[in-house]
Amino acid sequence: MVKVEFLGPIGKAAMEMEANTLADVSAKLKEDSSLTAWLDKCAVALNDTMVNDLSTVLKDGDRVSILPPVCGG
Amino acid sequence: MELYHGPLDTKEIFGRWLDEQAESNYGAYIPFVGTIRAEDDIEALSFDIYEPVLQKWFDEWQEKAAVLGAVVKMAHSIGDVPVHTSSYVSAVFSPKRRVALELIDAFVEDFKANAPIWKYDVKNGERIYAADRSTPMDGAGLLQ
Repeated sequence: MVKVEFLGPIGKAAMEMEANTLADVSAKLKEDSSLTAWLDKCAVALNDTMVNDLSTVLKDGDRVSILPPVCGG
Repeated sequence: MELYHGPLDTKEIFGRWLDEQAESNYGAYIPFVGTIRAEDDIEALSFDIYEPVLQKWFDEWQEKAAVLGAVVKMAHSIGDVPVHTSSYVSAVFSPKRRVALELIDAFVEDFKANAPIWKYDVKNGERIYAADRSTPMDGAGLLQ
């Protein structure tokens, strides 16, 4: 199981899912209509390191963070 | 990197950073202050921060600065920050001015684009995500 958490304004509770790669996470999140407006704008971190590859392999206990558009300062 | 709840005490922070580097032989110290402007009837801005990724982002900038013989510093607010107070300060120390001038520009611009911080307008006590002023981070859209 991996844990997927939604940061900042997304305002959605974390979820746990079976996933072997980030592509599996993508497929599951695309089924959730509450995320439709967010996924194309969000970046992704795996265990607090930013990632850019859907084929990234996940292992049990991994934590995937979904980061919406930012505006510090 | 320093995070505070509420507005920043900019004079204390800048004075302390200056004191800390007083004997470091840096010829240039360039501070940047971000102040909350009164516009669109806001009472305050409010901020969420994801600290683990912010710390990594900042650590990478410290390494880039070190290659140039420079030091970068930053402080940011968490939660509500009223208009006419400050939510963000940063600074660069370097041996000579040109490195510091270029580094503060690059550092502040990348901060706006990639620091994991979310901004909300506060109106009538309600937090409203500043979606139209926010920028997708590098790599956004991976899961779409």
